[in-house]
Amino acid sequence: MSVPLTFLGLLERAPSHGYDLKRDYDAFFSRGKPLPFGQVYATLGRLARDGKVVVAESEAGAGPERKRYVITDKGATEFETWLAEPVEAVPHLQTVLFAKVVLALMLGRDAAGYLDAQRSAHLRRMRELTEVKRTGGLVDALLADHGLFHLESDLRWMDLTAARLDALAETVRS
Amino acid sequence: MTGPIIEARDVVLSFGRTPALRGAELAAHPGEILAIMGPSGSGKTTLLHCLAGILVPDSGEIHFGGRRIDTLSETARSTLRRDRFGFVFQFGQLVPELTAEENIALPLLLAGAKRPAALKEAADWCARLGLDGLEKRRSGELSGGQAQRVALARGLVAGPEVLFADEPTGSLDSLSGEQVMDLLVAAARERGTTVVVVTHEPRVAAYADREVIVRDGKVSGLPAARAS
Repeated sequence: MSVPLTFLGLLERAPSHGYDLKRDYDAFFSRGKPLPFGQVYATLGRLARDGKVVVAESEAGAGPERKRYVITDKGATEFETWLAEPVEAVPHLQTVLFAKVVLALMLGRDAAGYLDAQRSAHLRRMRELTEVKRTGGLVDALLADHGLFHLESDLRWMDLTAARLDALAETVRS
Repeated sequence: MTGPIIEARDVVLSFGRTPALRGAELAAHPGEILAIMGPSGSGKTTLLHCLAGILVPDSGEIHFGGRRIDTLSETARSTLRRDRFGFVFQFGQLVPELTAEENIALPLLLAGAKRPAALKEAADWCARLGLDGLEKRRSGELSGGQAQRVALARGLVAGPEVLFADEPTGSLDSLSGEQVMDLLVAAARERGTTVVVVTHEPRVAAYADREVIVRDGKVSGLPAARAS
C-alpha cells in the first residue's frame, strides 16, 4: 500500500489535516498497523516539496496541529494515473509453491504431503478471513474477499498439481 | 472431551466392481462443523451417504451417538434420518407442488406434528432466513438462493442433531452461496447442531471448524482430531 498515493486519494476527496489523514488511513488501509505520526508528516512534507500538495490556511482540525493540506493539479494527475493503471498481475505466492513442488519432486521428497500441508495452511487462513467477514464491517469483508479469492486460486492450482504429480515427477527427473 | 457424535470406522463400499470407499475413517464431534473435501469421484458424497444411513457399507462401521447404525434395518435407519438428521442438497430438491412454508414444514408433518403448528414453525424459519413474504410461493417461483434457504430451513426445522449438506451452495452464485453459508453456520452454532458438509469449494470449507480430504476412497488428514 503506497502511503503517498493513498494520501493523495484522500486529499482528492477533500482538503484535510495530517491528523485527519492519519485517522482515515488507519481506519481503511492500515489493517491493524497504525501509521506513525512521523511518517504522516514526512510523507506530507515530501508531497509538498514535490508540488503535489500545498499547505492552505491554518485552522484547527480534530487534532492539535493546524496545517491543512490541499492536493494540486500535479498531485491529482499522478493519483488519477495510478488509479487507472492495472496492478501487475504477478502470481506472487505461486512461484514459491511451484519452486517447492518442483524441488520436492526432483529430490524425491513427499510433494503430495507438502501440498496437503500447504492446503491445510491456506484453508486455515481462509477460515480466519471468513470469520473477519462474518464479524466485521463491509470494508473488512471487501478486503477479506480479496484475500479469499487469491487463496482459492492457489488452492485450485494445488489441486491440479496434486492430480498431476506422477507425470510431473517424470518430467522434472528426466 | 465428549466422544464423536458421528463416526465412520474403516468403511469400505463398492458400486459393482468400482470401489468408492476403501477404508474411510472420519469422526465429527457434537457441535462441530466439518467439511469433507476432495476431487470429483473421490468418494466424498458416498461417505456422507454412509454416515447418514442412506447407504450401507460393505464392511466397516458407522456409529451415531455411540450406537452402531449401519446394522439397523432400512426402516430403523429411515426413522433415524427423519428424527435425528437433517439434509440439504445441491439443488434444494424441494417438492414443487408445495409452497415454501409447506416444504419447510414437511419434516414436522412427517413426524406427526399438527399442520397449524408445523406451518407456524415454518413461518418462523422463513422470518429467520430472510424469506418473509415468500411463504406461499412454490419452488418454481423462488430464486436459486431463496430455494436453497428454504431447503436449509427444511433441513433444520425439526432440530436435527446432525445436518448433512452436500454441495449446499453448488448451484448458487458467490453472494447467494455466502448468504446460505452464513445462515447455515449461524443457525447451527445457535442450536449446537453438528454439520457435515461435502464441498469442493474452499470458500465453503472455510466456514467449517475443520476439513478432511477424501482421495481415492480414503480420508487423509487427521480424521479424529478435535477442532480447537
